[in-house]
Amino acid sequence: MHGVEGFIYPNEVELQWSVLIVLYPFLTGLVAGAFILASLERVFNVVAVRPTYRLALLTALAFLIVAPLPLQMHLGHPERSFSMYLTPHRESAMAMFGFVYLWYLMAVLVLEIWFDYRKDLVLTSRASTGLKKKIYGALTLWSDNIDEASLRVDDRAGRLITIVGIPSAFLLHGYVGFIFGSIKANPWWSTPLMPVVFLFSAMVSGIAAVMLIYMVLTRLRRAELDMRCLDTIARYLFFAFLIDFSLEMLDLIHRLYEADESLRALDFMVKTKLFVSQIVMQIFLGTLLPIALLGAAQLRRVSSRARQWIYAVSGVLTLVGILAMRWNVVIGGQLFSKSFLGYTTYKMQFATREGLLPAIVIMILPLLILAVLLRVLPPWTDHRDVEA
Amino acid sequence: MTGRPSQHQHVYRVAGLFAAGFVVFLIVRWALVPADFGVYGFYRGGALADARAIPVKYAGEQACVDCHTSVVDERKGVRHEKLKCESCHGPLAHHARTDENSKPRALNPRLLCLSCHTELKGKPTAVIPQVLAADHGGDGPCTECHKPHRPKIERP
Amino acid sequence: MDQDRRTFLTEAGKFIVLTGAAALAWDHVVAGTPQNAPEYDVHAHWWGMIIDIEKCIGCGNCVRACKAENDVLNEPGCFRTWVERYQVDSADMDHPVVDSPNGAYDGFTEIDKPGDGIKVFFVPKLCNHCAHSPCVQVCPVGATFESPDGVVLVDKSRCLGCRYCVQACPYGCRYIDPRTHTADKCTLCYHRITKGLTTACCEACPTGARQLVDLKNPKDPVHEFIRTHKVHVLKPQLATGAKAFYNGLDGAVR
Repeated sequence: MHGVEGFIYPNEVELQWSVLIVLYPFLTGLVAGAFILASLERVFNVVAVRPTYRLALLTALAFLIVAPLPLQMHLGHPERSFSMYLTPHRESAMAMFGFVYLWYLMAVLVLEIWFDYRKDLVLTSRASTGLKKKIYGALTLWSDNIDEASLRVDDRAGRLITIVGIPSAFLLHGYVGFIFGSIKANPWWSTPLMPVVFLFSAMVSGIAAVMLIYMVLTRLRRAELDMRCLDTIARYLFFAFLIDFSLEMLDLIHRLYEADESLRALDFMVKTKLFVSQIVMQIFLGTLLPIALLGAAQLRRVSSRARQWIYAVSGVLTLVGILAMRWNVVIGGQLFSKSFLGYTTYKMQFATREGLLPAIVIMILPLLILAVLLRVLPPWTDHRDVEA
Repeated sequence: MTGRPSQHQHVYRVAGLFAAGFVVFLIVRWALVPADFGVYGFYRGGALADARAIPVKYAGEQACVDCHTSVVDERKGVRHEKLKCESCHGPLAHHARTDENSKPRALNPRLLCLSCHTELKGKPTAVIPQVLAADHGGDGPCTECHKPHRPKIERP
Repeated sequence: MDQDRRTFLTEAGKFIVLTGAAALAWDHVVAGTPQNAPEYDVHAHWWGMIIDIEKCIGCGNCVRACKAENDVLNEPGCFRTWVERYQVDSADMDHPVVDSPNGAYDGFTEIDKPGDGIKVFFVPKLCNHCAHSPCVQVCPVGATFESPDGVVLVDKSRCLGCRYCVQACPYGCRYIDPRTHTADKCTLCYHRITKGLTTACCEACPTGARQLVDLKNPKDPVHEFIRTHKVHVLKPQLATGAKAFYNGLDGAVR
């Protein structure tokens, strides 16, 4: 059989989960990571990153809105997907994740953004006319009280939501890790480390994404880059990376050392061609190189221009590396047979429902949504800045 | 006191919105979840009946025995006796139903007999006698020498 | 053949060979209206299967019968049951050579160089109808489930086609039916066993290597079989509660 080496069970001839399922943890990871960055300022008072606070929230929202799309395009019956809310099987991680997603979207992200932007929404509503006034009026739920007392309420609400939001963000992406990590049939996925690895790689990717978006948008606005902000973000990225790398190496070394049936019978890395995507792209280009670059920027006296270049390159490499990590987990875990006697290949097509083209569109879509959000909810002036 | 909205007015409104959404969800759930869901376990109870309602295609040996008693007699005392009829003759529930007078399709003796009796490494010889077709009887159908219901050639 | 003898044989045969319930149901089966068969008590049965490796000749009858009985697509990747052939070399038991050409739908052809000292045997595989099924555990909407009589089934009207169950099954027995875009797998011929018939694969097996068993029936031969043979399940370390019991299962089988 073409593309098959050794023996695979007859039903394993095609991969079950495609590149769209690679995108899904990537997108939700960006959400969790962006939110954690926002919470650094809101809860832990890391004032330096305030310029990115609202941007991080909007980035999270844009990606979270798009996140269900690859899932819907993958399902055999997307019209039945609402059943996950009607008859959720409590033993199924996937079903429970539907509620975690809903909770995070509505009770955390949307509410936090609403409370934070409410004063600006009210002011915009008051200052506009016609359709725009109607839209902004609706967004404020037609309550336009922005006196001292209600703004204090907003502030407390926002803080409370962020405090609740941090474990919610952990749950959001840790759960995705659990969806894979709880499958005992697949030894490449089955490990208690999976939720933790997913979570830390999410933080890394989210922080890098916000950092890059901030840099690009600031340039496009021809504004000045806040270097103190960037340096702080880069420092958090660096430390998150160290933890993430340690966890991933712990997992990999543990597997290689124990060399149980699944690894021993398979010459896994080389035969599944994961060598390129894992060793080269994920570990070297996607982790070690950015860590080295970021570390260099931390330790040595480097000019601000050079630091900007380092951050930009590291940011891109980071995103590529985390995407590679998702690929290696999702696709890698399906390239070997559960008989541990053979391999198959992933034949990704281009213009089909689960092909490369929809994957590219899905990756671009959040940026378009973000562009709309930036117009409706401009993040560049924060009323809390003005008051401070 | 009147006219000035409370500082929590917007909080009540958004809470109300969420509560309304939850109520709508409960109504949708009540309307859409089938009544027999959860009767036996976490699934739609009617699925069991659906699984049972599929039409049967293999009638089972008893259906054949009811009419073809001469074959029953012919197969007494030989190894092929433990073969169920349809393992050679294929699914015949449609033939067994008296209202559908369909003849079973003709069998190709060579293909059929050899599908079991071709010598193949790994086939336990104690379980089944095997031949290499090329060395055994040439190209003709097996039925030239072997009666399918009583295949052992009985020498006088 | 006179009418009385035929009638007697029919009636006696029914009650001897089939269970009481099936005898009552049989008329409905023959009439082509199985849904009118009298009530079957789901709590009185606990279904499984015995597979005797020492009797399997790799003919593929079971694969063909299953596809015919259940309208399974005759295409790669759509197998409710299949047969694997193992060639185990005593010098390298960790790496047996295994093949299953089109699931053994057309049986097997001779191996080019069988070699001495190589052990060859056939292993039929199917859904193990696990008592602690990992596929049932992960289904997000309750579309796959274990019936009260121990058969794991798929509710095609609720399945989303998310493929989580296919990922969770350690035995590779599930697939997505390209016609319905839902999960599909062996149903242990539920439509047959609930009427006192045996599964299509057991009906077609010429050597009796496959036998349907009812663990709750004290008269079922399975109890004696398990007492007198060394039986195994596949991948016991995963504790799935598999109910396909293999006699003569070699350690090389995956």
